[in-house]
Amino acid sequence: MQLEARDIGFRYGNGAWLFRGVNLTVKPGEIVGIVGPSGQGKTTFARILAGFEEPIEGTVTLDGFSVQNKGYYPVQLVFQHPEKAINPRWKMHKSLHEGWKPDQALLDTFGIEREWLTRWPGELSGGELQRFCVLRALGPETRFLIADEMTTMLDAITQAQIWHAVLEISRKRNMGIVVISHEAKLIERLCDRVIELV
Amino acid sequence: MPILEVKNLSVAFTQYTTGFKQKSHQVISDLNVTLEAGKILAVVGASGSGKSLLAHAILGVLPTNAKVSGSMTYVGEELTHARKIALRGKEIALVPQSVNYLDPLMKVGKQVRTSVRTGDPKEAQKNVFERYHLKPEVEGMYPFELSGGMARRTLLSTAIVSGAKVIIADEPTPGLDPTVMKEALGNFRELADSGCAVMLITHDIDSALSIADEIAVFYAGTTVEIAPVTDFTGKGEALRHPYSKALWRALPQNDFIPIKGSQPHSSALPPGCLFEPRCPWATSDCRKGRPEMRELRDGTVRCIHAT
Repeated sequence: MQLEARDIGFRYGNGAWLFRGVNLTVKPGEIVGIVGPSGQGKTTFARILAGFEEPIEGTVTLDGFSVQNKGYYPVQLVFQHPEKAINPRWKMHKSLHEGWKPDQALLDTFGIEREWLTRWPGELSGGELQRFCVLRALGPETRFLIADEMTTMLDAITQAQIWHAVLEISRKRNMGIVVISHEAKLIERLCDRVIELV
Repeated sequence: MPILEVKNLSVAFTQYTTGFKQKSHQVISDLNVTLEAGKILAVVGASGSGKSLLAHAILGVLPTNAKVSGSMTYVGEELTHARKIALRGKEIALVPQSVNYLDPLMKVGKQVRTSVRTGDPKEAQKNVFERYHLKPEVEGMYPFELSGGMARRTLLSTAIVSGAKVIIADEPTPGLDPTVMKEALGNFRELADSGCAVMLITHDIDSALSIADEIAVFYAGTTVEIAPVTDFTGKGEALRHPYSKALWRALPQNDFIPIKGSQPHSSALPPGCLFEPRCPWATSDCRKGRPEMRELRDGTVRCIHAT
């Protein structure tokens, strides 16, 4: 399955164009980086790819077909701030099992301890919460993962732990990844190629 | 000469769980840091390692359920709570972590002017805005009208016009693109070179290395190592503590190999060395009590096996 964004343009209301004519193709198993100064619309572009936002111009297709906006969406997005992406009034197991039920082996891959499942989000650190957010997005029907500053707020060890787990799954399932980050060295380490949003 | 010295600082929170049951969270244990004039100390470590709480303890803005012990001195004299209140915003200034710390209902120019203590506030504010490339019209804007980078520069301006001798910057750079980030870091170096003592709290080792003199590595609420920046090189051979080495090696530009496990929770700290459960060097002696901070090769380390 191939993810293709063609001639994407976006603006809010009648404001200036945030970007126009952006093209991106991601093949299965490919890891593509997106870089660019802040305020250029990297996050908006990520939201468009993951179906959270309709582009004003252009199309997003999977294998040439536009994506049905019902059922499980095969392009999943992980945000920068996990504490803002999890319902604070749900215990962790409920958030994790919202879309699918990962098995014990996957919990181990992500270093999620059994005991954390019965905690409230406020009782876990940012790094621990982000493991849940990433695993939650990796249901069996996920073909592409969009990582928008996914590990920016985390320390180097947690960052490496999470990325190793994601890369392992990407290899196993031939899943494509789009990495958005300001950290040039992380992009360089992870990506097959990089495009610049200017 | 040290301007600010923190010795054996411990902070615990008590929390009600159900009914009258209380739970204690040891969030900082036996922490030591020293800030010197003209120097930048970077504090690095995982989130939840107590970095921001140290800043809040120095400024005396911890919540009321916090139990604090240990000692702090400012220019040789004890830093009591009353003295913290008298000094903060004047001699000790904070550049806060979040841009939410700006008053949402006050124009940013005015917010900066209220921090000026000597001379003409208007002029001081204009000068500092010019220095940080904030256009004249920005002073009439409200915080919601600023971009992330502009808001950060406003926060920095507030600390600078106060003429403080100690600047504590709590994660001032995330979300800044490389150009703005380099500029922001350069500003801290400039401040230190003009005689301030700067404590830069960050989880970004790379930017810490580019401007700091010394790096303090935090783990589970304590300092495990304080080392000169020059030791952060190669495979981390010059570093003293196994956690510092692991942190260094996990960077994407180094090996990108993580160690297993995660930092212990503040309500369930191990009895001995806090790093023992994840440590490759751990022996039964490590479980017998918390190691003391000791001097080793131009730095300090909290590990009985470090050489």
